[in-house]
Amino acid sequence: MQLYRAHVLVCGGTGCVTSGCMDVHAELEKQLEKNGLSEEINVIVTGCVGTCDIGPILMVYPEAIFYQKVQVEDVAEIVEEHILKGRPVNRLMYQDKTSEIAEFIEKYYDIDFFNRQTRIVLRNTGVIDSTKIDEYIARDGYQAIAKALTEMKPIEVVEEIKKSGLRGRGGGGFPAGIKLELGHKADGDQKYMICNADEGDPGAFMDRSLLEGDPHSIIEGMMLASYAIGANQGYVYVRAEYPLAVDRLVTAIKQAKEYGLLGDNIFGSGFNYSLDLRVGAGAFVCGEETALMHSIEGLRGEPTPKPPYPTDAGVFGYPSVINNVETIANMPQIILNGSDWFNRFGVENNKGTKVFAVAGNILNTGLVEVELGTTLRTVIFDICGGVPNGKKFKAVQIGGPSGGCIPAEYLDTPITYDSLTSLGAMMGSGGLIVMDEDTCMVDLARFFLDFTQEESCGKCTPCRIGTKRMLEILERITEGHGQPGDIEKLEELAESIGDSSFCGLGRAAPNPILSTLRFFRDEYEAHIDGHKCPAGICKGLLNVEIIEDKCRSCGICARICPVNAIAGQRGQPYVVDQDTCTRCGLCIESCPFDAISKH
Amino acid sequence: MQNVTLTIDGRQVTVPEGTTVLNAAKELGIDIPTLCYLPKINEIGACRVCVVEIEGARYLEPSCIYQVRDGMVVKTNSHRVRQARQINTELLLSDHAHDCLVCDRNNNCDLQDLAARLGIREYRFEGVKNEAEIDDSSESIYRDPSKCINCRRCIAVCAEVQGVHALGAAERGFETGIVPAQHRPLADISCVNCGQCTIVCPTGALTEVSHVTKVARALGQKQKHVVVQTAPAVRVSLGEEFGMKPGTNVQGKMVAALRQLGFDGVFDTDFSADLTIMEEGTELINRIQNGGVLPMITSCSPGWIKFIEHNFPDMLPNLSTCKSPQQMFGALAKTYYADKMGIDPKDIYSVSIMPCTAKKFEITRPDMDSSGYQDVDAVLTTRELAKLIKSAGIDLATLPDEEYDDPLGISTGAGVIFGATGGVMEAALRTAYEVITGEELPKLDFEMLRGLKGVKQASVQVGDLTVNVAVAHSLVKARELMEKIQSGEIDDLHFIEIMACLGGCIGGGGQPRSDDPYVRSKRISGIYTADKDMKLRKSHENPAVQQLYKEFLGEPNSHKAHELLHTHYIERER
Repeated sequence: MQLYRAHVLVCGGTGCVTSGCMDVHAELEKQLEKNGLSEEINVIVTGCVGTCDIGPILMVYPEAIFYQKVQVEDVAEIVEEHILKGRPVNRLMYQDKTSEIAEFIEKYYDIDFFNRQTRIVLRNTGVIDSTKIDEYIARDGYQAIAKALTEMKPIEVVEEIKKSGLRGRGGGGFPAGIKLELGHKADGDQKYMICNADEGDPGAFMDRSLLEGDPHSIIEGMMLASYAIGANQGYVYVRAEYPLAVDRLVTAIKQAKEYGLLGDNIFGSGFNYSLDLRVGAGAFVCGEETALMHSIEGLRGEPTPKPPYPTDAGVFGYPSVINNVETIANMPQIILNGSDWFNRFGVENNKGTKVFAVAGNILNTGLVEVELGTTLRTVIFDICGGVPNGKKFKAVQIGGPSGGCIPAEYLDTPITYDSLTSLGAMMGSGGLIVMDEDTCMVDLARFFLDFTQEESCGKCTPCRIGTKRMLEILERITEGHGQPGDIEKLEELAESIGDSSFCGLGRAAPNPILSTLRFFRDEYEAHIDGHKCPAGICKGLLNVEIIEDKCRSCGICARICPVNAIAGQRGQPYVVDQDTCTRCGLCIESCPFDAISKH
Repeated sequence: MQNVTLTIDGRQVTVPEGTTVLNAAKELGIDIPTLCYLPKINEIGACRVCVVEIEGARYLEPSCIYQVRDGMVVKTNSHRVRQARQINTELLLSDHAHDCLVCDRNNNCDLQDLAARLGIREYRFEGVKNEAEIDDSSESIYRDPSKCINCRRCIAVCAEVQGVHALGAAERGFETGIVPAQHRPLADISCVNCGQCTIVCPTGALTEVSHVTKVARALGQKQKHVVVQTAPAVRVSLGEEFGMKPGTNVQGKMVAALRQLGFDGVFDTDFSADLTIMEEGTELINRIQNGGVLPMITSCSPGWIKFIEHNFPDMLPNLSTCKSPQQMFGALAKTYYADKMGIDPKDIYSVSIMPCTAKKFEITRPDMDSSGYQDVDAVLTTRELAKLIKSAGIDLATLPDEEYDDPLGISTGAGVIFGATGGVMEAALRTAYEVITGEELPKLDFEMLRGLKGVKQASVQVGDLTVNVAVAHSLVKARELMEKIQSGEIDDLHFIEIMACLGGCIGGGGQPRSDDPYVRSKRISGIYTADKDMKLRKSHENPAVQQLYKEFLGEPNSHKAHELLHTHYIERER
């Protein structure tokens, strides 16, 4: 085995790829070559490290120096200074943005964002090269399935998962062990295990990062679950919008086959297993399990009634168990380390960890894995650094378009399935969007309704038409045309749609409205009754006006206005034509005298 | 099967396991409204109108598909249920054309009935509506998507009963709609025009292409000699539109009504059905005796013809070359009848009353102008005739019975049974037996060919020859049979009758809509009663047909008969 003096990890997650890490990687190889270091320095492209807004990211081991926002032109300096001469480049190190003075933090493990996380599911992402099966194996990979196939009966795997208390990470929180048990007990020679990788919440990328960063853990988890229920065929249903994830999975499956980890008579146990990808066209509703199954069958992705439940009659009519990516990724660790070990993480009824994709008005955007029961405050403020630009925290939206928002007074709520539900939000798949005081909550509800409305499969009346009507009401409120009675109409529709829709998409579609109404009803009233958007977001309710006393009639605003809505002449205050003005705000920013206001 | 006991609205009911809440409620006389539900065909729980509250369930559940459990407690009428039911109906109305007064389905619309029943008195949730173009490309089916409520009954009947798959759901969200395959106009796809979708459509989104105005205009033109033929199946269903029981034979009243409407000659397609037996029977005997292509398949059903043209083009040589009775009549009306009456055929306007929407397409097919003019000018479905009669203020029920005109109104029982599945085959066998053996058929009723079984097979001894026959109705069953023939699983058949619609013409796409689950059986028994009551029950005994051959055609399959009464088929893409 070749030994290296140092390892340079290049984050190859989708976020960093977008910010140009592949060019940085190429430059790194070039510079190492140039300096004759290729033989002693090992460069590894990893999965997502988690801090997506500060990529491209490089980490240099053994020192664990963390470099952020590395540009191609920085690479030579890192190679020459740090790698060749042992002098880490300070200016490229991670900066603690919460601190008053710009403080550089050298070491990966000194960064709050990382050291407060508990990484079970993400233990390999950002650490190993996911295109190399050996790296997964070196991190205990495929030991759990080896243990299961050689030492455990299928029912024992079921029991171990049951004892672990693992709950479905896709949103509903259904106990994963019970699902396996139902699959195990189902009659049938043919059964299917399905991994739901149809992650579709806006802003969510937990599953994608996992598939990209540690695809073998999904393969191993699928093998365990399949062995437990008696399936010899598995499908990973992944959306076509995740080309990198698809690519990494295809590579991983190919390698696993080459190593005899997929195929016939695995580990000489007699267990045969085949795993295939099914690439979906990215319909949100295909996250619903019956819709997903129909999509696999080649039909239109639409839910069908339950019963029959998938464990009785699933894909092609055969018993099938469907679990989310993150749920499956937990299984190898549980089998390997035992349910008692897993039980040490989390709180009562909510064992283990949960991965969140944190986005919005937050200092550190990225992927965070914490123990269940951790408070929202810890995640948002301690790990992710809180709200930037001195703005006030207003609320956090959890659970994506099916979830709800939670305002500041509940920041100390421990994150559990039940606590979130009781607050009108939901765990969902783990999307977490932080909002500052400049967020209009009516507009937020409108945004999510716009999404669900388009993603409805159109099968049932309440979801097909009802979500559209709710969206229309929200649109007219945010455009300044709200009418008395609109709130009541929204409530009436929301209740009925939530109660009578066919599947989870429609049932949860009103949640963003209901939860914003619950905590921010006054904002709705301000829009409708007061014709005001308190956050100053809804353009239809804003007037841009020039304050006569302050205007020096310099004319800058008139020149910068893209729609020529401002006119005036020297010596007299300028005037904004409200009909033409698009409320873009450029004039406000450009005025040297603060003479323009938006209200 | 075990029984389970449950409580619905505070009352207990015991029903077999597997029963739906909807049907269990029915046992108690509780009528839960439904919209998308079509028993056994469309059980998808999509419209959410039939939702009920199940104790212990988090959400409302659709009673049409939700199965009962022992001890279940159901509320069908709670505030929560009524609220959801009403809002879902209001939502449907909010994306529906508001032109009820001028809609084909005014006063005969499931959505209108539901809105009335729920007492909806205002449009509360107005917003944008889906705008989709009207599809009037088809000769038979008119599609107005602005009235579609996405119940998907049409998709289900087209796929499950007919196996045609001409319609499907497309797009997502609010824009979701029901569209013809590949988003092409109905006329350009493998739609066979059977019209089953127009029967199951709860609103006016799918209707027949109306010929009512055309016909009314012709009736008003003095120089036009307007003749009408009525298909066998119409007489046992028209009464339903006037409140009578399915199967009631209103032949005499219908004839009287047609005269009152101003038709100059009122004739019977049964006559040309008898003629079809002569032509088709002769063709079959020729094929058997001279080594022609077998099995021979009937060609009366235009939906079936288009289906085989699309799906089994290799089997077109198996089709009888005979035109359908409608088209045989049409060809004769403007030749034989015109000669006889001394009327210039250009002044004859030929109307047919059909239980069928595909007949509207059939009149436009090539070869259907062998008289030198379009042989049949307009086709009214049973439903359209009822509208015409009602609009004229004619009270069908009280009209005294009248007889058809001579000679194209004379028929036998063999003609009338064309209206039911198995009827053409039975009629053919009655004649073939006697023509071939020269002996009288001991028993006229071929019971094994009757009834609603999807595919019926029989072997009939005709002299030395054992004739193997099969009868199929509904295109799913037709496909099944064709595939078995192609695969060689069935290889000994001589003659096959196929009707596109379930039950034969009595179940045609132009027939009255009915919520009677036994409507087909009742109409069928009306047909066989009519047959029993006839003096003559064998086509070759029809004196008017005999006279026609003597005076005009010569003999069956003569050159002239071929010119007027036979046709060709077209290979169509799938």
